[in-house]
Amino acid sequence: MTVLQKKTHNPISHLTAEDIEQIGVELDAIRQSVLDTRGGDDAAYIRKVISAQRKLELASRAVLLVSMFPPAWIVGTAGLAVAKIIENMEIGHNVMHGQWDWMRDPKIHSTTWEWDNASPSEQWKHSHNELHHTYTNVIGKDNDLGYGIMRVDEDQRWVPLYAAQPLWNFVNACIFEYGIAAYDLELGKNLATKERRQDPDFRARAKVTLKKIRNQMTKDYVIHPLLSGPSFLSTLGANATANLIRNLWTHSVIMCGHFPEGVETFERKSIVGETRGEWYLRQMLGSANISGSKAMHFMTGNLSFQIEHHLFPDLPSNRYQQIAPQVQALFEKYGLKYTTGSLPRQVASAWKKVFRLSLPNDFPRRRKAVVSALGAAQPAGERIAA
Amino acid sequence: MSLTAPSTRAARPSLRRRLVQLAERATSPLLPADYLDLFDPLRPGADLRGRIVEVHPETADAATIVIRPGADWAGHVPGQYVRIGVDVDGVRQWRAYSLTHGPRPDGHISITVKAVPDGLVSTHLVRESRPGTLVHLEQAQGEFVLPGDGGRFLFVTAGSGVTPVIGMLRNLFPVADAGVVRLPRSAAYDIVVVHVAPSAPDSIFIDNLRALDAAGLIRLVARYDDEHGVLDVEHLDELVPDLHERQTLACGPGGLLDALERHHQARGLQLLTEQFRATTLVVGEGGKVAFSGSGATVAADGGTPILDAAEAAGVLMPSGCRMGICFGCVLPLREGAVRDLRTGAVTTATPGETEGRGVPIQTCISAAAGACVIDH
Repeated sequence: MTVLQKKTHNPISHLTAEDIEQIGVELDAIRQSVLDTRGGDDAAYIRKVISAQRKLELASRAVLLVSMFPPAWIVGTAGLAVAKIIENMEIGHNVMHGQWDWMRDPKIHSTTWEWDNASPSEQWKHSHNELHHTYTNVIGKDNDLGYGIMRVDEDQRWVPLYAAQPLWNFVNACIFEYGIAAYDLELGKNLATKERRQDPDFRARAKVTLKKIRNQMTKDYVIHPLLSGPSFLSTLGANATANLIRNLWTHSVIMCGHFPEGVETFERKSIVGETRGEWYLRQMLGSANISGSKAMHFMTGNLSFQIEHHLFPDLPSNRYQQIAPQVQALFEKYGLKYTTGSLPRQVASAWKKVFRLSLPNDFPRRRKAVVSALGAAQPAGERIAA
Repeated sequence: MSLTAPSTRAARPSLRRRLVQLAERATSPLLPADYLDLFDPLRPGADLRGRIVEVHPETADAATIVIRPGADWAGHVPGQYVRIGVDVDGVRQWRAYSLTHGPRPDGHISITVKAVPDGLVSTHLVRESRPGTLVHLEQAQGEFVLPGDGGRFLFVTAGSGVTPVIGMLRNLFPVADAGVVRLPRSAAYDIVVVHVAPSAPDSIFIDNLRALDAAGLIRLVARYDDEHGVLDVEHLDELVPDLHERQTLACGPGGLLDALERHHQARGLQLLTEQFRATTLVVGEGGKVAFSGSGATVAADGGTPILDAAEAAGVLMPSGCRMGICFGCVLPLREGAVRDLRTGAVTTATPGETEGRGVPIQTCISAAAGACVIDH
């Protein structure tokens, strides 16, 4: 992947300015069709999901009170992991996007929701809704590209630290919720200098995050184990396992959104004076979907419809699946690539990129040069993860 | 929740407090209530809600909704009203309705709703509401109540303005299957009801009023526009000759109340009025945007986002993506109308009809569609 503007085969060179504005008009029409029919059924859907999620969490935590019995541990841990995933993905992420604000229910509203995650909602909404969704895949503006710790695009400059990025990525996946919290605090940047460290705004935000983390840990690693009495240790392990499963799953799903092969990135100056049509086009080319079963879509919080989500981040998540065929038809009509694939395929594709870009861009050539200088024959076509 | 052994009186507050704290820590970042609400939304300590237990039609376009209120319902006085939040097409809407029964032995409350044309909530309540539905409530409010020690009264009611009066009358003279019950405490009341409606069959509760009239408990003067012509307040003393000896309570549309006000003032008579819809919202293009917190007022045209107009006028505003996707600029609209610049959809807020501080709007894609008040 290299920024679209520098590609030899520019995938949008066949589109005229009128085409791009027309794409915007057609996407607005799709959006309007959802707004026109949004109503009681959608409200019933999210209430049902929230109610089911809370009951599942309660039941799982109740079963874990006797977690010293292995079957209880397995059932309770699995239930708790699923409950946490649903809370973060289909409920929390989407509620915080304002997808359900239209219901005017103060309990299901972007301004009041707090999620079961280390990062406080307020900070997540800033870094995710405001920065990532506005500057999607713009190199130097969208920090989600590699989260500031990885190189996921050829146009990001290579430094030796990136050589270990497959390891960072794995560690980040295991502790993903804390990774997000650190990312939302821009910890790397803000800890770099004394001046930044002592910035009152940063310190205030860090305090809020630490309080949230303390509350989360007290619940999962103190109160719930204590309530389990003799099952203290096994319940503690169950909570840690459920959080780990949630972290690995959410990390995998989120990697599939913008890192797989086929997703485009953009130059910083390319978005100056961007029109609505151009913004839409960037979202179309900068995101990738995951294909699979209804259950899989649900467990990803419908982020498997990442393209639809990025086009319309404030439409109710249960509607993405419904408009996906129309969106895909629009891609075909305008000769654009609708990037999608199964979960294993997309996860593998994203990981492959993490490995490949841990090395400098010219590494295969350099290796080839070194090898040929040694006089050894190089089989044609062998390139590392091309 | 209040059932605790008296012997632990001294230790109770701290123990209870500690238990609540423990429960809060166990449910963080939610609250224990978020889980308890799943099983018993009407329990003591919950946000005030109610469950519809019965819907029965009064006329072709009016129905009485009987509601079991939550445990924390503090009761009401006949003639008071309640603000009720109902989800219509998934959207929470708040309206005020008179309570049509006095306090009932079964603890239920009731409102009587007339479906007004274009009335989103009233039409929904009359036509769509079903027993079992959860609604949101506030405690009863209102000064429009009958003095408790008897006296001579005139009620002037128009259309659905009859509902608070029905509440008072039912409390004084309960109608059982066997007929009207005469209560000793009601003997001290001498009541005349002048009820105005477009035509007889549209008149909600008219049977009730007629039954009370037939039993000699009240005197009913029913005036139908199609039969008697539109009531002229100047001729009220022809309908009620002892008008000056009575205290008047009136409930109806603004025009009628204004006329009564003038009429009574000129004669030095007492008048107590009640009107639900005081102002009509004017939806237009652009308008004055007032910020209730800072006191700033900004003139905004119909094509400029409120965010831009406010910033240009020097108001410090929260903002984010400036394209309607990040919800970083959301502020409550307390009063007025705004238009979504992307879709043209109009969002309105009327004090008393929205919960909390107002309807949250995205200021970066909303333009003023008339005068607005924003809580900021």
